[in-house]
Amino acid sequence: MDSTFIQTLLLTFKLAFLTTAILLVIGLPIARWLAYSRFRFKPVVEALVSMPMVLPPSVIGYYMLVLYSPRGAVGGFLDRVFNLRLAFTFEGILIASVVFSLPFMVQPLQNGLRALPDSLREASYTLGKSKLTTFFRVLLPNIKPSIITAIALTFAHTIGEFGVVLMVGGNMPGETRVASIAIYDEVQALNFETANQYALILFIISLVLLTTIYSVNKKQEAWKII
Amino acid sequence: MENHLINIDIEKLMHTANGPMNLKVQTEFASGELVALFGPSGAGKTTLLRILSGLLNPDKGLVKFGDTVWFDSEKRINLPPQQRNIGFMFQDYALFPNMTVEENILFAQTRKDVRAASELISIFGLNELRKRKPVKLSGGQKQRVALARALACKPQLLLLDEPLSALDAEMRVTLQDEIRRAHELLGATTLMVSHDLNEVFRLASHVVMLDNGVITKTGKPETVFSDSTISGKVQITGQIARIERQEPINIVTVISGSNQIIKVIAFDSDLVNLKLGDSVMVYTKAFNPIIGKLG
Repeated sequence: MDSTFIQTLLLTFKLAFLTTAILLVIGLPIARWLAYSRFRFKPVVEALVSMPMVLPPSVIGYYMLVLYSPRGAVGGFLDRVFNLRLAFTFEGILIASVVFSLPFMVQPLQNGLRALPDSLREASYTLGKSKLTTFFRVLLPNIKPSIITAIALTFAHTIGEFGVVLMVGGNMPGETRVASIAIYDEVQALNFETANQYALILFIISLVLLTTIYSVNKKQEAWKII
Repeated sequence: MENHLINIDIEKLMHTANGPMNLKVQTEFASGELVALFGPSGAGKTTLLRILSGLLNPDKGLVKFGDTVWFDSEKRINLPPQQRNIGFMFQDYALFPNMTVEENILFAQTRKDVRAASELISIFGLNELRKRKPVKLSGGQKQRVALARALACKPQLLLLDEPLSALDAEMRVTLQDEIRRAHELLGATTLMVSHDLNEVFRLASHVVMLDNGVITKTGKPETVFSDSTISGKVQITGQIARIERQEPINIVTVISGSNQIIKVIAFDSDLVNLKLGDSVMVYTKAFNPIIGKLG
């Protein structure tokens, strides 16, 4: 295996790992809000969070590119103030991945929280515990299977994404060239052997992750997850 | 604690299965009482309990605990449940599945106190279960843990939502004693939702009868369930709810169905084989015809 091969795989995992870590931090409060809020326009927010599941990746990628453009308001601001360009950079595909994988993190968490009886939360409140304490000590420990599902799905989904990264990041070795794009590239160049290696590794990783999810869920059948 | 009157004067529009219903309750009770909220299902008992706990807000009104205002719609005061210092026992017990019996109780304490927790565990006979998770407990055991947990933060008001509804008849009698013990242990006020007359009669010192969102009667159990419901038919089966010694005889209270109370006089010899909770038949051996002159 040559160094570009390793480099591409490392980049793929770095992207998946960082995306999952960022999404865990922002996904938990969003999931909590969606699970318990009585805000009138909550369905709109829910729809927005879930949009990446139904939109073609190229549509998301296109909008992200428009957003990143130095000639646009956001991209221009980042360029001028922070000297940061997001189009065709690792940071750019990371942000796009976070947006694109958001529903895969939020939905299992939200469903897990919704499936818990309200009385657990209320009991904790009547015992004088704050919302934060209740969330971390009562609610989260009881939706472990949902958390594992959310993390595994997000990770696997980020590894598997193609369209968004291609639109936003292009195919720059060491910067934006992830495994799924490399496969396409190698096939185009008729390097079937390298394409095969990438494909096999992605296949195995996805299989392992999904097997983990299903075996965890089987152990905890009392909890219904997605 | 003497003058800790609990004042309730609230209104809330509820959307029930039978259409909208206005819960309109005005009452008060003294500290130290074991109050039963009694009435048919859908009368608003649980809603009233949740309003007291702060888990639910009334549309308007006032809830006062002693001098502390818990809720006042006019002054826009609404103390969250966390600040009301209450113990709430839920119908499904709401034990935290991720914690053992002991951890459930420790979590409930305001300040961690392992000794106090052990004491509670012993009082409720949970010593052998302290390392068990709630999934591995029976209904009766769960109820005891829930009671112990509700007491762990030394609440000034204990609220019990149909504490015994999930248990079978035999278990009920045992656990009614646990509730009484919890109430005495705390020395504060206990408010219990129930639609079981037997339970109310055995435990409560004060009854608030609720029907269709309004209070229909309130007072001591004996007064509330007065003559109108006491019956003396020829053959009635029921359970012994209370045995009172009144020299030289005993007064046995038998509850038939869910709302018929019969008081029977019994001599000591009649009670040899009888104890609380026993199923019995009340009957008359012979009629005593009485003759009276007409006109």
